Amino acid sequence: MTINMGPQHPSTHGVLRVALELDGETIVACKPIIGYLHTGMEKQAEYKTYTQSIPQTDRMDYISPMSNNLAFCLAAEKILGVEPPARVQAIRVLLAELTRISSHAVWMGTHAIDIGALTVFWYTFREREKVLSIYDHVAGARMTSSYFRVGGLSRDIPEGFLDRCEKFVDEMPAHIDEYESLLTKNPIWIARTQGVALLSAKDAVAWGVTGPSLRGSGVNYDIRKAEPYSGYDTYQFDVPVGRDGDAYSRYVVRCAEMRESVKIAKQAIQRIRELGEFGPYRVRDFKYVLPPKEEVKTSMEALIHHFKIVAHGFFPPVGEAYSAVEAPKGELGFYMVSDGSPRPWRMKVRSPSFINLQALPLMVQGRMIADVIAAIGSIDIVLGEVDR
Amino acid sequence: MPLTPERVEQKLRERFPGLAFERQVGEAVRDYTLIVPADSLVEICTFLRDDAELDFGMLPWMGGADYLPRVPRFETIYNLLSLSNALRFTLKVRIGDEQPRVPSVVGVWPTANWHERETYDFYGIEFTGHPDLTRILLPDEWQGWPLRKDSPLGYEEVAFTHNTPNRILPSPALKKLAPKKVKYRAQ
Amino acid sequence: MADTRDPKPFRTLASIPAPRELVMPKSEEENLYEEVERGVLFTKVESMVGWAMNQARANAIWPLGFGLACCAIEMMAIAGPRFDVSRFGAEVFRGSPRQADLMIVAGRVSIKMAPVVRQLYEQMPDPKWVIAMGACSSCGGVFNNYAILQGVDKIVPVDVYVPGCPPRPEALLHGIMKLQEKILLSRPELGPIPRRRLKKKGVA
Repeated sequence: MTINMGPQHPSTHGVLRVALELDGETIVACKPIIGYLHTGMEKQAEYKTYTQSIPQTDRMDYISPMSNNLAFCLAAEKILGVEPPARVQAIRVLLAELTRISSHAVWMGTHAIDIGALTVFWYTFREREKVLSIYDHVAGARMTSSYFRVGGLSRDIPEGFLDRCEKFVDEMPAHIDEYESLLTKNPIWIARTQGVALLSAKDAVAWGVTGPSLRGSGVNYDIRKAEPYSGYDTYQFDVPVGRDGDAYSRYVVRCAEMRESVKIAKQAIQRIRELGEFGPYRVRDFKYVLPPKEEVKTSMEALIHHFKIVAHGFFPPVGEAYSAVEAPKGELGFYMVSDGSPRPWRMKVRSPSFINLQALPLMVQGRMIADVIAAIGSIDIVLGEVDR
Repeated sequence: MPLTPERVEQKLRERFPGLAFERQVGEAVRDYTLIVPADSLVEICTFLRDDAELDFGMLPWMGGADYLPRVPRFETIYNLLSLSNALRFTLKVRIGDEQPRVPSVVGVWPTANWHERETYDFYGIEFTGHPDLTRILLPDEWQGWPLRKDSPLGYEEVAFTHNTPNRILPSPALKKLAPKKVKYRAQ
Repeated sequence: MADTRDPKPFRTLASIPAPRELVMPKSEEENLYEEVERGVLFTKVESMVGWAMNQARANAIWPLGFGLACCAIEMMAIAGPRFDVSRFGAEVFRGSPRQADLMIVAGRVSIKMAPVVRQLYEQMPDPKWVIAMGACSSCGGVFNNYAILQGVDKIVPVDVYVPGCPPRPEALLHGIMKLQEKILLSRPELGPIPRRRLKKKGVA
């Protein structure tokens, strides 16, 4: 029997459609059908300047917008050959880690709803709202922040921002304990996730799975450690690795990752305090990056640079670069080709959800139909990123 | 001694002495990129994956690109990752205009399946030996290849009153729902 | 010995005697009038039915649990602890379109998704309403390209447009309240509007 799940289905995290071939309740074949949210972002980026493309990246993985901004900016900076100041990098690290906490919180709430534990949702969304208020404070928007710019930030951090982050980070470990007390030893949760959606380390590597799903299978690979960016090599943190490769070990990895993120965020706050709570927030390379507003009003050259960058965009050297970050869902990378004009010739997104979703048939083959829900939830996909 | 991209290129040249490898150079080509001939792509990839020292077990992504006025027009890009060496290496294949064809690497890395379908969907590049080469993101009945440079963006003019004179205005019954205008008196 | 304790130590409000001078004997007729004023309303039958139906529909909207893109997360947030949509009686998100009467189109509608949205709308029972949430479903938003439908109103009739990219949850709540106002102004006792009248007005 063939059964169709989606594209409108409450537990497919968007408009995913899965065609299941069943024998009774056992799955014989499973085929994910995607593209119901195809947005044409890669094409549209070719018609927009680099700065204009940043808001598009927010709408790709809308649960972790700051990581997407960061990946885009790093790729553009790699082509330009500029490196933002240490203070900017610390702010980026802080916000990227807060994003990871909020993304994992949303994942935990929705995954638990799918499996039937409604209560967790109310707890995790409470903390997510706090992160969104922090975004609101720093960037002016709750979800689609577009805060990072090529070569820096769009504006400096506001007053009281660090205190607010510190307060959140200080109380977060207690909240993670709360989530864990609801789920970790819950017999229903264990029965629904342990031994379900198995993925061996060998398969995970061959299918290109990254992020917590790869680490849940026991492969210790984290881009923050392997190819450090934004000064991640100077922070003290561990990479949690799972053991069994099932949905439960992915859950354990994500819980531990939230705690590590708290650790990194604390160090980043400390570092920003040392480097100055207020200060320069962009590279002083006016060929590519906007000059500070005060100089625009006093210096003629700065005004010319400002006008040129706003009116035409900046002109990068001819070339290409690929740069990846460890987003909450896995390796998020941008491949950019520049032909010397202010618009990229080609922008290709390496989205983790797209590739992780491809391994879904592997996980559910020969399993029960209810395990499909647990498997989809455990790999943490966002359809905006799958279809782009 | 950690593995370097130069060493990878050297090993490839030793293993395939007859083939024309070309390293891509440019002002801002930031990754080590090697252009390889399309015919022996699968052998090269199998070698890179199976060699004990290189160990490129993962294909993080592959994609296509269109450089329209140039000949050959299309490119497919393969980004390889060696987990044991924490090293990335990029391969490129250049393909001509009419009936672009590349051998499929699904047999080497199964993850290439969806990537190749996506590239086919966007550029119309055919991957010979692919098990199920159909459209993935666009509807099945879609005509054309949207990411080719000669294909338009598909921009739709935004409707304003000045460019759409026959616009249907909202019915007068809905005026009741409109917010009332407040007249402000000067102090 | 007689028991001197108070037989009713805990007095209810009714048991406390009113001051003597305020107690007025009431005739049976007066009692009846009072009763009528308290609990009975006089109106025409057909408008009574319409009023009651409007009240019921406006205060118990069942939205379709149907998220497309970024806005869907903000739609989930209104069901969450801070913005609690159950204050407006619209917290029962239904998984099936056959049990829902409000479709919140939360996100961009691609060309591939458009037939599905239309089918979902047709599967919903009458009366039904549509909220276009966010810039993308209202007019295409920032994505003006080959893949995205420029506004969901090209395939389904929209009652309320909520601007924003994505709208804050407060904005969506405001949209739901506007929809409630609209429902309360409707005239269900007249039945569905005949098609020929709509044609005369140039609506359909």
